[in-house]
Amino acid sequence: MTTLAFATRDSSTMVRRQLKRLIRYPAMTVQLIITPVIILLLFVFVLGGALGAGIGGGRAGYVNYIVPGILLMTAATAATGTAVMVATDMTEGIIARFRTMRISRASVLTGHVAGSVIQQLLSMTALILIALAIGFRPNANPLEWLATIGLLTLFALAISWLSVALGLKSPTPEAAGNAPMPLLLLPFLGSGFVPTDSMPTVLRWFAEYQPFTPIMETVRGLLLGTPIGHNGIIAIAWCAGIAAVSYLWAKSIFNKA
Amino acid sequence: MTNLAIAANGLRKSYGDKVVLDGIDLAVPEGTIFALLGPNGAGKTTTVQILSTLIPADGGSVRVAGHDLTGNPDDVRGAIGVTGQYSAVDKLLTGEENLLLMADLKHLSRADGKRRAAELLERFDLVEAARKPASTYSGGMQRRLDLAMTLVGDPRLIFLDEPTTGLDPRSRREMWRIVRELVAGGVTIFLTTQYLEEADQLADRIVLLDHGRLIAEGTAEELKRRIPGGHIELTFTDPHLLDAARGLLPAGVADPEALTLQVPSDGGVRSIRELLARLDQNDIDIDAMSVHTPDLDDVFLTLTGQQKEKEATR
Ligand SMILES: Nc1ncnc2c1ncn2[C@@H]1O[C@H](COP(=O)(O)OP(=O)(O)OP(=O)(O)O)[C@@H](O)[C@H]1O
Ligand SMILES: [Mg+2]
Repeated sequence: MTTLAFATRDSSTMVRRQLKRLIRYPAMTVQLIITPVIILLLFVFVLGGALGAGIGGGRAGYVNYIVPGILLMTAATAATGTAVMVATDMTEGIIARFRTMRISRASVLTGHVAGSVIQQLLSMTALILIALAIGFRPNANPLEWLATIGLLTLFALAISWLSVALGLKSPTPEAAGNAPMPLLLLPFLGSGFVPTDSMPTVLRWFAEYQPFTPIMETVRGLLLGTPIGHNGIIAIAWCAGIAAVSYLWAKSIFNKA
Repeated sequence: MTNLAIAANGLRKSYGDKVVLDGIDLAVPEGTIFALLGPNGAGKTTTVQILSTLIPADGGSVRVAGHDLTGNPDDVRGAIGVTGQYSAVDKLLTGEENLLLMADLKHLSRADGKRRAAELLERFDLVEAARKPASTYSGGMQRRLDLAMTLVGDPRLIFLDEPTTGLDPRSRREMWRIVRELVAGGVTIFLTTQYLEEADQLADRIVLLDHGRLIAEGTAEELKRRIPGGHIELTFTDPHLLDAARGLLPAGVADPEALTLQVPSDGGVRSIRELLARLDQNDIDIDAMSVHTPDLDDVFLTLTGQQKEKEATR
């Protein structure tokens, strides 16, 4: 077999390792969805009336408005789990064992990334189902749904590599749990919960140029028919860029350690 | 000349200002058990980590299993198996899944992997626990699983970093049996331990590591011979007999309180017989006698003690 074939085989072995772990301990996945669901319910039922009135459309309109932001938040929460999992894994002897074996080095990380993407997609699916139950009414056609899934998967991939890198960089699993925190704030500091033009200048400037905003705007456009404009391209570029940089970063930390 | 499984020259490693390995030479012939013996913090784990490609050395040249450590780490990895000091099993997976994971990573076919896993579960007495998560295993079971995982790819050179630390006496003996079996099959074992008895029991060759330097090297017998300390202790019923014996054996050290006399001796049968004959000729009755041959503990404590003194005077 060629080196590439071995690398592929090692990666798929590591992906299977990660999936087995996820299947064996479903609680690890389930607990990640709890926070975003609470935030969804909180914002819709407690604040939704007032915020919905502000953007026009009332509580029903507000459910539609915040789903894209909460979706990204769901992915980011799952990523927190990944960072902790990676940091924990690194403290375990099994990683040292892998390092003394003749296997493709990145395969360990690939396993975590694949597991993380799957976790994020499952969490986002669960969130969408709950949102539909409380009044989320997207008007997307199948093609738009497909595009949404594609973009969110790309986003999940980017966030996975980022959280793997953060997990590797963290000295302890506890620190790893906090490292992706800013990601959870990005939907708030963007167009996730209220339109950016309601914000003070500095914040607004940040909100408009940070990566989550074009992604949320694109998802919103695809699912609800709001204008997308250049956001689609910018969203894809951000995701691809974050994924690529994080991949290189994660790989270099892992090889150095 | 036999081939060397490990040949290291001038191995060095520091962490910041702290010199952990200060120029170590190792020569481990194939098919033998080599023990690296040292107290906590001596640098044993660091040595194993370097030799097994986990961390780079700061200096020195090393060949492991015929491959240059820095030039061809992947070839070295292909030839070795490592059981580290701390458990290296995936605790979230079952014992069997851990073994199958290793089989996959060793690129065995599915059927071969299954067969090998079943074989190892049997051999390491883990059949009953095979389907339980490794997190539920006792320390001894985890240790066995750990070693079983190391053996999946049939490595020719195995590193065992303190393989029996924390095991009860029975599990320890079990581990020793397995190690002997492996060597009988032609495998080379590089073992670290804090237990002198373990090195004595298993190793063909022992090196003593202290503060990052090798302070002694040889077989267990050679090391024991390096230090005096073998003696015969004679106990008497009254002080007059002790005095008489002391006059007869001026090299002895007397303890008037305990009525004992320690006479230096190699502990051999001939010298004991001669000693008893001399006492007999002089009508000196002894109450009791015990022979103390130096064990590795003496060697260890003496040599590591000397090292400390040397360092203190430097
Ligand atoms: N990553 C590290 N950073 C700094 N110092 C280290 C590091 N690893 C080891 N050391 C130091 O190097 C010395 C040797 O450590 P090592 O783990 O090799 O000892 P050891 O002989 O295996 O001890 P033990 O019997 O306790 O396992 C110790 O003083 C330790 O503090
Ligand atoms: Mg150690």
